[in-house]
Amino acid sequence: MIGLTGFGGYIPRLRLARQAIAEANGWIQPGLRGLARGERSICNWDEDSVTMAVEAARDCLGEDGGAGLRAIYLGSTTLPFQDRQNAGIVAAALNLDGDLSTMDVTSSQRAGTTALAAALDAVDESEPGHILVLASDARRARAAAQQEMIFGDGAAAFTVGHDGVLAELLARHSVAVDFVDHYRGENRPYDYTWEERWIRDEGFLKIMPKAVTQALDKAGVAPAEVDLLIAPSSLRGVPAKIAKAVDIDPARLGDDLQGAVGQTGCAHPLVMLSHALEDGAPGQVMVVASFGQGCDVLVFRATEAIGDRRPALGISGHLARRRGETNYNKFMAFNDLVVQEKGMRAELDNQTALTQLYRRRDMLLGLVGGECQVCGTRQFPRSRVCVNPNCNATNTQQPFPFSGIPASIMTWSADHLTYCPDPPLHYGMIQFEGGGRFLANFTDADVGKVGVGQTVRMMFRVKDFDNQRGFRRYFWKAAPQQTSEEA
Amino acid sequence: MASGIKDKVAILGMGCSKFGERWDCDAEDLMVEAFEECIADAGIDFKEIQAAWLGTAIEEIHVGKGGIPLAFALRLPYIPVTRVENFCASGSEALRGAVYAVASGACDIALALGVEKLKDTGYGGLPQRSRGALNSMWWANYSAPGSFAQLASAYRAKHGIDPAELKRAMAHISVKSHDNGAKNPKAHLRNRIDIDKVLNAPMVAEPLGLFDCCGVSDGAACAIVTTPEIARGLGKKDLITIKALQLSVSNGTEAGHNSWDGSHFMTARIASKRAYEEAGIENPRQQISLAEVHDCFSITELVTMEDLYLSPEGGAVKDVLDGFYDSDGGLPCQIDGGLKCFGHPIGSSGLRMIYELYLQMQGRAGERQTADPKLGLTHNLGGAPHQNVCSVAIIGREGA
Repeated sequence: MIGLTGFGGYIPRLRLARQAIAEANGWIQPGLRGLARGERSICNWDEDSVTMAVEAARDCLGEDGGAGLRAIYLGSTTLPFQDRQNAGIVAAALNLDGDLSTMDVTSSQRAGTTALAAALDAVDESEPGHILVLASDARRARAAAQQEMIFGDGAAAFTVGHDGVLAELLARHSVAVDFVDHYRGENRPYDYTWEERWIRDEGFLKIMPKAVTQALDKAGVAPAEVDLLIAPSSLRGVPAKIAKAVDIDPARLGDDLQGAVGQTGCAHPLVMLSHALEDGAPGQVMVVASFGQGCDVLVFRATEAIGDRRPALGISGHLARRRGETNYNKFMAFNDLVVQEKGMRAELDNQTALTQLYRRRDMLLGLVGGECQVCGTRQFPRSRVCVNPNCNATNTQQPFPFSGIPASIMTWSADHLTYCPDPPLHYGMIQFEGGGRFLANFTDADVGKVGVGQTVRMMFRVKDFDNQRGFRRYFWKAAPQQTSEEA
Repeated sequence: MASGIKDKVAILGMGCSKFGERWDCDAEDLMVEAFEECIADAGIDFKEIQAAWLGTAIEEIHVGKGGIPLAFALRLPYIPVTRVENFCASGSEALRGAVYAVASGACDIALALGVEKLKDTGYGGLPQRSRGALNSMWWANYSAPGSFAQLASAYRAKHGIDPAELKRAMAHISVKSHDNGAKNPKAHLRNRIDIDKVLNAPMVAEPLGLFDCCGVSDGAACAIVTTPEIARGLGKKDLITIKALQLSVSNGTEAGHNSWDGSHFMTARIASKRAYEEAGIENPRQQISLAEVHDCFSITELVTMEDLYLSPEGGAVKDVLDGFYDSDGGLPCQIDGGLKCFGHPIGSSGLRMIYELYLQMQGRAGERQTADPKLGLTHNLGGAPHQNVCSVAIIGREGA
């Protein structure tokens, strides 16, 4: 049996009220007011598709931390690097770089499902190990574009394999049709989109039902047996029309999360699937279909193991880990939609010495420190001489990963002087359970809600942008846990 | 056991430029301004100086590297000139170089000069600069006020002090320094302030407001040192001698080992203990007449009082609020206005502090003159609470 063996996801904590977008842009696009319901997820300034993918992966992998993975496939159309494998960054952040196949799957809104399909195809029942599939998108839109209302940011993660399957793949079917509803050319930041009515009638409603039907035929599943249909579209009413066209009751459509998250690009069908799996029951048939220059359809049936493996937080947990945002100007600034005065302190040259980055890649990308084999002291970073003043032994430290270790705030400040896209910049000394500390930048910190003793969770984020060279460097930051949040 | 530096070296002359936003001055002008006063005070020909140390920290925005900037500015006659940098202790490090050279017998007369021209960056606050290839990839992005502000959170937690109470004590520190600075013609900031102004100032880094932070300015200060015998030979009386010069540098314990609680400076405790031992001081709170400490931020001065064993641990808030460190208190601190009013041209601050003590010991401090000071302490701190260098110097009257 081949299928899904684990699932998880990630939704950024910030949720922008759509009303704020409409209020800002309604004067020029009155039509936006009709969409001004609910909220959409937005990346913090230090999040991107890679950091979200890392969080989704951690959510899915849990305590195992990815032991036994043999490959990582990352689907996204908003990857931060065009030539530096993004899945490789994820692997390094998860401390997995080594004997591993990694692959970026991109260039289509099907990239998430295509990555998943490719992973399922690659499962070899004679080989142990799982493949981690990630789909992550932080889609960009021009100010006042309708997409700004519709899009959201998020990521999903699955492991696939033949051992411990919780949703068996019954069949899959893909079609390729060069139907250009929208495109984004080389070096263009935004999509160019054709008329919606044409996209609906000639695209979604001609291509998707046919593909779904073919997949169900392959699976030997009758439409009436389908418990869940995931066929997202930002065009109103289209999922229901697709359901009807294939004789599935529209009541079986999955929650499209439009009110709380928005369309998370190529991650969206998989975000919806991950969300649905949280409530999955044995025997349920789930159909996932995605649209983008054709269609991917995957048909799963939940096994008896469906309740055995839960994500750390899951999409639901991340929906609850929420901070409402009504400041549209902040969203514009985070997304470079406005030419903003950043002050001379923002001019600091952030060139990265790639040689140095490589030498210390486990430290910088994986938050790996050291544990002294003589005295047991854990320390970050790993150093040649033990930091314990009562030990100071040389060459005794074994790698010790800190990313999953809970920590607490020992000292802190909120700094209005240091350049930060979202001031004040919070930082402080954090201390890990079991030993080890360092002065860390905080992320997702709320003004007035940071204090000594507060628990923090380490998160992989963008540390600095090097806009002069198009590079960005990642490191780990401490996210203070609010008492109202589970995570 | 080393015998230490006590009374082996005397100050022959000192000089200090006016500190401030010296828009009209290059570093060269500042060096010459301080040196003119110094060489006149020393009463020697500048060609009698046999070696020199230049302390400057952020050289990349003003003089550039090496000993050349000092040699050029003063046209020193091809003598050894060494540039030293050790964060905010750079000026004290220049003095240490010159004093050790004289004490060793390697030369008879040596110059220590510290200078910093900070106001050529185009913005307020300390200049930003690269922190090194690896550090920049993982060190938290932080500013000086933000890093020193960390002390307040830990100090509050450790001693159970109400944030408003701590903030009031911090504000008292700044009000006191401005009272002192107002009397000092060489200070950058010469305005008196009241406690409400401090408490209501814009926040820089929680809980440090604008008036909890020292100024940023340009300046230079210098000292010519020699042996007591030579000084006497030159007709000098009532010599001011070096009693102790200590330096302690973090080795990463605070930053990486859970033994440090974040509320104090390990280095300052170590350096001050060594300095008291070197100077033969057993009860610093009683024996030290004046202290010039590194008040880069009000909270730094507050915890430093405990780290120097002048206030008991946890007792600095009370001492500060009681006025113990005020100009009319038991141990006047920052009698010249401190970093708060002089600003902190990094390389010069340590020597600027020594300069004030030197004037006070000689009864030349004008309106600020305190009664009969015998021993004075200077303290510099560079870096951040979790990783720093700390210098402690003690000077005083010969025989004190």
